[in-house]
Amino acid sequence: MSEKKKVLLQGDMAVVEGGMAAGAEFFAGYPITPASEVAEGFAKELPKVGGKFIQMEDELAGIACAIGGSLSGKKSITATSGPGFSLKQENLGLGIMIEAPLVVVDVQRVGPSTGLPTSPSQGDVMQAKWGTHGDHPIIALSPSSVKETYDLTIKAFDLTEKYRQPVILLLDEIVGHMREKIEVPKREDVESIDRKRPEGDRENFNPYEFTEDHVPPMPDYGTGYRYHTTGLFHDKTGFPRGTSEDAKKLMDRFSAKLEENKDDIILYDEDIREEDKTVVVSYGSTVRSAISAVNEARENGINAGWLKLKTIWPFAGEKIEEIAKKADKIIVPELNQGQLIREIERHVKGRAKVVGINRYDGTLIKPEHVMEELKKEVK
Amino acid sequence: MGVDIEKYLRSDKLPHIWCPGCGHGTILSNLIRAIDGTDIDPDKTVVVSGIGCSGRATGYLDFDTLHTTHGRAIAYATGVKLANPELNVIVLTGDGDGSAIGGNHLIHGCRRNIDLTVVLFNNQIYGMTGGQFSPMTPTGATATTAPYGNVDQQFDLCDLTKSAGASYVARGTTSSPRQLVKILKEGLNHKGFSFVETFTQCPVNYGKRNNIGGPTDMLEWQDGITVNINKWDKLSDQEKEDKFPVGIIHQNEQPEEEYTNRYQKIIDDMAEEGK
Repeated sequence: MSEKKKVLLQGDMAVVEGGMAAGAEFFAGYPITPASEVAEGFAKELPKVGGKFIQMEDELAGIACAIGGSLSGKKSITATSGPGFSLKQENLGLGIMIEAPLVVVDVQRVGPSTGLPTSPSQGDVMQAKWGTHGDHPIIALSPSSVKETYDLTIKAFDLTEKYRQPVILLLDEIVGHMREKIEVPKREDVESIDRKRPEGDRENFNPYEFTEDHVPPMPDYGTGYRYHTTGLFHDKTGFPRGTSEDAKKLMDRFSAKLEENKDDIILYDEDIREEDKTVVVSYGSTVRSAISAVNEARENGINAGWLKLKTIWPFAGEKIEEIAKKADKIIVPELNQGQLIREIERHVKGRAKVVGINRYDGTLIKPEHVMEELKKEVK
Repeated sequence: MGVDIEKYLRSDKLPHIWCPGCGHGTILSNLIRAIDGTDIDPDKTVVVSGIGCSGRATGYLDFDTLHTTHGRAIAYATGVKLANPELNVIVLTGDGDGSAIGGNHLIHGCRRNIDLTVVLFNNQIYGMTGGQFSPMTPTGATATTAPYGNVDQQFDLCDLTKSAGASYVARGTTSSPRQLVKILKEGLNHKGFSFVETFTQCPVNYGKRNNIGGPTDMLEWQDGITVNINKWDKLSDQEKEDKFPVGIIHQNEQPEEEYTNRYQKIIDDMAEEGK
């Protein structure tokens, strides 16, 4: 019987509302357009519930401080945009290595460099996957509306707490700055997941134990476990031995953690009918034009469907393979020169024609741009 | 002394990785003596380090310990402390880690006056990477990246941290362990940002290359370039040249001005208004 309220929210503020509903307790970051509203929102909301907000001296300190807050046992989040996301990469790597729960919001703007600070882009798709050095797993979610931003922020906190894996929330400037009226439950009515904490035996505690679910319980600092954490490859005790065996075991556990839970992590929506020979695959703000175009196409007798990826990483490869078996053509609109399309092509393996629609100048992909491609006959 | 040092060590992680004659172990053992002299609860203590020789110190200490990225220890420690102000948070850093790549976090930690105890192991050189000059290498000294003499000037880190807002600033040397224990203990008890610079010897990458000599020669060299703070003001400018005062250089304890206390006041005031 949960009561809901209607609110007019900007996408960036939906991150704050979703975060607070998920039980966020700690924010550390640095101002940057178009993500500053996320920091401003948490600065206002967190102290009301005894949480902490801190504006750090730079982007590196922002993520470092947020990871520190997480280790002290708090649900933590930081937010940035392209240039800041680049700066955060090394410490994101430490977060992955030490398995610190953390939500990293990147409201994408046009790059490289300072680029177009107030214009939208989806240019950080590959950076979200490969930005920090070394092989590593990552979870990245990408909402296409204000409501979805709210929902996926809660999901991001749940996933990061459940799997001890930093989660990237990839907004783009359109989603971050658009306002929509959405219905949200009261914060206290939202159920959220907390990290698994160890119980009992402190003497023989191994902070990086190999467990069946691949997620070792994580103690808060100050609870007597006195454990060591390092960015060096370590064994189950948390200490480095510098062996190849430890490196491989840890990397394999990181991968298994996500691989064995794909159904929980990989989220998408679809509307693909049996007769649909063309499928538009999109994510983030371009979803809106994709769906609008598909609807119009159907009215004009064109058999088209759509797939909306809410989780970008790990990639929904199996779903793409399933689509490729039936469809003749897959259209991939992206606000970049073609990033996720490479991943899609890898899974289509030539079974269908894959066509990109790309804008990378800060302008939007409109429904008519997608429509134009939908009208073309498959050769 | 009579302090049971092993009580605070992860003895199974020894021997340590530091070179024979290195001063880092001296700082570590005297930090333990200082901790033992306070009423700090080891279960409520977190030690954070960065990268470099000093960074490895956390592995040997039996507390919650966090070995972070290069230069960022203070930023991580700030998060640990603000998220749970009940914790005693100690940062172990080096001259490269703390004053070059991490210099920004050092000055901003001071500015916030957040309750951390930062112990900077100053061996005047990048030891782990093989002897490149650091911001604390004296002008004219030789390093692998300053083969013709160091062109750069060094920081006076105690002046820097005091100016940036640290409420406790001290300097000690591995050649005077008793004084080191005293200033570290005072720093640990101080509520606010405490900065303790410790001169430590790197005979392998600094002493030998600069004709100072081995470990004992370097301890004598430390004594030669330092003057107790009590005598410092009586020296002429000429006598102060190339010398450093040691002891407690600055202390201004105002617990209500400490960062986490100031933030807590906002939370408390809000809760009060909400009633």
